[in-house]
Order: sequence, then structure tokens, then C-alpha cells
Amino acid sequence: MSFHPRMDYAPAKFHKSARALPDAGEPFAYTPENQAKFDANVTRYPPDQRKSAILYALYLAQGQQGYLTRAAMDHVATQIGCTAAEVEDVVSYYTMFFTKPVGTYVLYVCRTLSCALLGAERVTEELEAVLGIRPGETDPTGTFTLLEVECLGACDRAPVVMVNDGWQERLSPDQVRPFVEGLRTRGEASLSGCHLHKER
Amino acid sequence: MPYEPVLTKHVNAPHSYTLDFYLERQRGYEGLRKALTLEPNDIIEQVKASGLRGRGGAGFPTGMKWQFVLKDTPKPKYICCNADESEPGTFKDHVLMERNPHLLIEGCAIACYAIGAKVAYIYIRGEFYHVQQILEAEIENAYRAGYLGKNVLGSGFDCDVYVHRGAGAYEAGEETALIESLEGRRAQPRIKPPFPAVAGLYQCPTAVNNVETLCNVPLIVLNGPEWFAALGPEKNGGPKLFCISGHVKKPGVYEASMHTTLQQLIFEYAGGMMDGRPLKAVIPGGSSVPLLLPDQLDIPASFDSIQKAGSLLGSAGIIVLNDTVCMVWLALNLLHFYRHESCGKCTPCREGTDWLFKLLRRLEAGEGRPKDLDLLFGVSNNIVGKTLCAFGDAAATPVLSTMKLFRPEYEAHVREGRCTLPAEWRRRQPIFAGAH
Repeated sequence: MSFHPRMDYAPAKFHKSARALPDAGEPFAYTPENQAKFDANVTRYPPDQRKSAILYALYLAQGQQGYLTRAAMDHVATQIGCTAAEVEDVVSYYTMFFTKPVGTYVLYVCRTLSCALLGAERVTEELEAVLGIRPGETDPTGTFTLLEVECLGACDRAPVVMVNDGWQERLSPDQVRPFVEGLRTRGEASLSGCHLHKER
Repeated sequence: MPYEPVLTKHVNAPHSYTLDFYLERQRGYEGLRKALTLEPNDIIEQVKASGLRGRGGAGFPTGMKWQFVLKDTPKPKYICCNADESEPGTFKDHVLMERNPHLLIEGCAIACYAIGAKVAYIYIRGEFYHVQQILEAEIENAYRAGYLGKNVLGSGFDCDVYVHRGAGAYEAGEETALIESLEGRRAQPRIKPPFPAVAGLYQCPTAVNNVETLCNVPLIVLNGPEWFAALGPEKNGGPKLFCISGHVKKPGVYEASMHTTLQQLIFEYAGGMMDGRPLKAVIPGGSSVPLLLPDQLDIPASFDSIQKAGSLLGSAGIIVLNDTVCMVWLALNLLHFYRHESCGKCTPCREGTDWLFKLLRRLEAGEGRPKDLDLLFGVSNNIVGKTLCAFGDAAATPVLSTMKLFRPEYEAHVREGRCTLPAEWRRRQPIFAGAH
């Protein structure tokens, strides 16, 4: 986003913000399970600091609906007891919230130095070729969203790709095709997972 | 005498994360038991005497940090554990939290007792969801066993530890930005002073400590500050985790004392260079610190020695670069990172990182102009020291450092209109040595 929106003072355009608002979306409310989860989480913070639970509340909403609409943000604002603008402020800052629909599998390809040294750029190119989409896009079937992200903190297992909340480590470019195929057929079970997790 | 790991000794054992394993094999929670018999101030004195320095990057003495936490106040106090491990090249806290979570939980409890806090928040980065699962399950087990909660071990001391999940912001690793994020706002740093020790989380006295720092605390209480200090050089005591990545045969987390030289870490611990290619440069402490050249590596990997050599130990994320790496490309890659992660609060950093990125992109595309090099230098120096947090300095460092050490490469990019490294190197084909 640009920090300097061009302000046009012609009367017709005056007071028109260039900011794109997220979709209003369907009416939104937490499922009873999510409501219970939220109510439990908010007790971790002092009673006058409900706003601390905002990230958790947004994760719940995103988990329930796949992405965040204005209706979802309004619901979160009501739950927290803050304004909708404060919620949008937070949503627009953090990279792990989506304001547009995303695919079943969101592929976060780490592109920072240690992964790039071992071919993360080639991995992204291969994924683009196999999926037919550019970073930031979702394929037409709604299965995959490709994103390039900054350091995921697994530099010893480069190149790393995060898929939703799971990890695929040491994904070499020539393994991209079987990797995508594995996701299509077996879902997240096909991922290597974090090596620390696996060795137990 | 070979160094015996203490933090990561058992990380490869199956079930090393469980409470039973921790109690049986690692003298689990004995440190907490002992700490509860001491006066809080004695613990702070012990940590001070041990010379424990913050492992998150700045290397600030932990005991001092705790001592600064305001004592005479009716407000509650807080411990925030910084588990937002996002510095490129750093992945040590990940291992500790995933394979030795009870050490961190015990460290949090002792830290709370020492500064008089009742609550510790572990701020974990959003991408570490699988780590969070382990951590929360083990915290639950610690509650059940009476090491957390009301009246810990019958001492009358109450302690709660909660995990707070971030949502993808490098800047949340800065202590005041972490506090802002915990309070439910954008992760942007605050103006200091007041420091968190006076007005931190919810404007209450707060100590923000790195995961590895807190993991060292139970060891100090249990084994004594002298034992801890003797593990390393003067003022650089204790065990240290080094994360080695890049062009080495066996990248990974290695525990060593700070007597160990960078040379040993790269060529012995990490098995040497991948495919036997020559070493070009090393980033010794995460992407935010200046590079070191191959002839500067025969120094102990301690805070003080590396600082003397002109760089910083930082978070000990050692990134090893071989001769195929173009330094303009390296600066470009890192500036892409800093440009994306700049929180946007201070103008020099917000705009400067974008300018630097665009200049570097132009150079890398072969469209650089001779005056661009001076411009890079000028823009960088207009960021350094002109921002609220250390992010600005960190963002300018890759440019200033590579320009200082590898200026001919920049000049060649301008002169030739292309990268002058061989074409097949520029493709940067992944090299999988298969050694690990």
C-alpha cells in the first residue's frame, strides 16, 4: 500500500478515499464453539484489556470463514468492544490475515536470504509454471494460493514452504511437481512437516 | 575438554518435550524449587553475577534489565517472552520451544518470581503454529503438575504463563513493538523513554526477554552463577546456540561456548562449505549485522570479539556465503525483506528502505548509473540513527556493509550493465549436497 495517496482537491473527488474497503460479505457471527474459544481466550488478559485478544479473535473468524469480510471485522469489533476502524487497522497491518478469498491450500514460499541462496526463486518459478498463477494469485479452481513471504525461521531446512499451518522443508525445484500432486491427492498429510516434529 | 551441551543436550531424544522426560533427565523444575526458597532480589543478583546477556540480539545484561523493573508500584508487573523469531538466519528458539519447552516455562516462572510478576506472555510468531501446539500442551501439563497456577509448589507464589500468537510481523520482535502488538494494535515501536521496565505492557513495569535468555535462567539458579560464567569468555558466559545456514554441508542449530571460533563453527560444527566451494563472506548474527570476510573468522564467536572485528553477534544467525553470491543481489534480497517489514512509523525507514530497494533493483537489472552508488550511500546514512528503533540501522547495514567490502562489484554492475559473475552462477541453481 502506498503511504501517500494522491489527494485530488477537485470537488467531484473531494473526500473520496483511495482506500479499498474489504467486501461487506454475508452476515457473520461466531459458531458456538468459536464463541466459547474466544470467551476462554479473553480471560488471559486483564478485564480492561480485551483488545489484546484481537489477533486471536481474527484468527477464529478467518478460520471459520476462510477470509475476513467487513461483517466479520464488525463482529470482532463487537466482541472486543472496540471500533471497526481499529480492527481494520490491525487486519491491514499483519500479513497472515486475508481480506479476499484464498485457496484451500495457501502456499507461503520463503524468499529471504537463506532460502534464496538454496533456490527459493526457482521454487517459486516452478510453482508458477505448475499452477499457472503468479505470487499473490489464487488458481481458478480455488485450490491453491501462491504467496511469497519473508523469513519463516527454518533457514537450516531451506527452501521452506509453509502450507496453511503446516510446513514443507527442503523443497527443491525438481520436487515441486510431486509436491503439488501430493497436496492435490493427499492434502496436508503429504507435507514433510517440521523436522523437529517428525523425529519424535 | 569438549563442550557438553546443556540447553540442547537431549533435543534429539524422542519425547524430550514431555514433562516426565524433563523431570527425569534434566533435573526439571529443581531450579524453580530452589528459586522459591530465595529472595527475589537474590535471583536478580545471581543472574547479574552470571553475566547472562540477552540472546535476542542486543546482548544487554539480563540481570540489569530485571533490576530496572520498577519495584515500588501498585501496578502489576509482567514478563514478556519474545518468541517472535523472525530475524533472517535465526532459528534457535524454535528448537528450544519445540524440543525443550519446559525449560522455557521454568525460566518464565523464575523470571516472574524474580521481578514480582504474576503473568508471563510468550509472544510467538504466527508462522510457528506447530510449535505453539506443543508449548500450550506442555504449559497445560505444567499447570496440572503444580509448577504453574495458584500457589506454585506450595510457596504462595502465583504464576500464569500464556501463549500469544502473532500474525506475521518482523517488527514485533522489537520489545516495545511486541508490547504494542500484545495490546492489540499494530506492531510499531514506542518512543523511549519510558522503557518497558517502567511503563511496558498496559503501562505497567515489564521485562521483555528472548526465549534463549529465559531458558538459561533455570540453569543459573540451579548450578550457580560461577558455573555459568566459566562456560564462556569473560562477560560472555554461558552456553550459546548458533544457527548456521547458507552454503554449508550441515546447516542447523549448534550449541557451543563463546570460546568457539567462527572458523570452528563453520568448518567443524557445520561440516564446512557445501560442494567445497570457497567462502566469500559470512553474516555472523542475522541479516541485520555487517559482513565478515574469510580472514576475519579466526575469532571467538562472542558478543565482544565479533564487535571488535567490526560486526555483531546479534541473534547468532550465521549465514555462510560462497563465491557464487553476488553482493548486489544479496543486498537486494535483504532490502526486499526490510522494505516489506518496515512498520511505517518513522519516515526515514519507511521511505528509505523503498528507495534503497529501488536503487538496488535498478543496479541488479543493469540500469544503474554511476551516481547511484553515492545515492545508496547517502540514503543509507539518512536512515541510520534517525529512527525510533534499531530497524532503520539494521535495514541500512546490508547496503553499507556490502558497499564497503565489495564496492568493485557495485561498480562493475554500473560499468558492464549486468552482473559480472558467471552466468551459471547467477542462475543460482540450488545446490543440494545431500550431506544431511
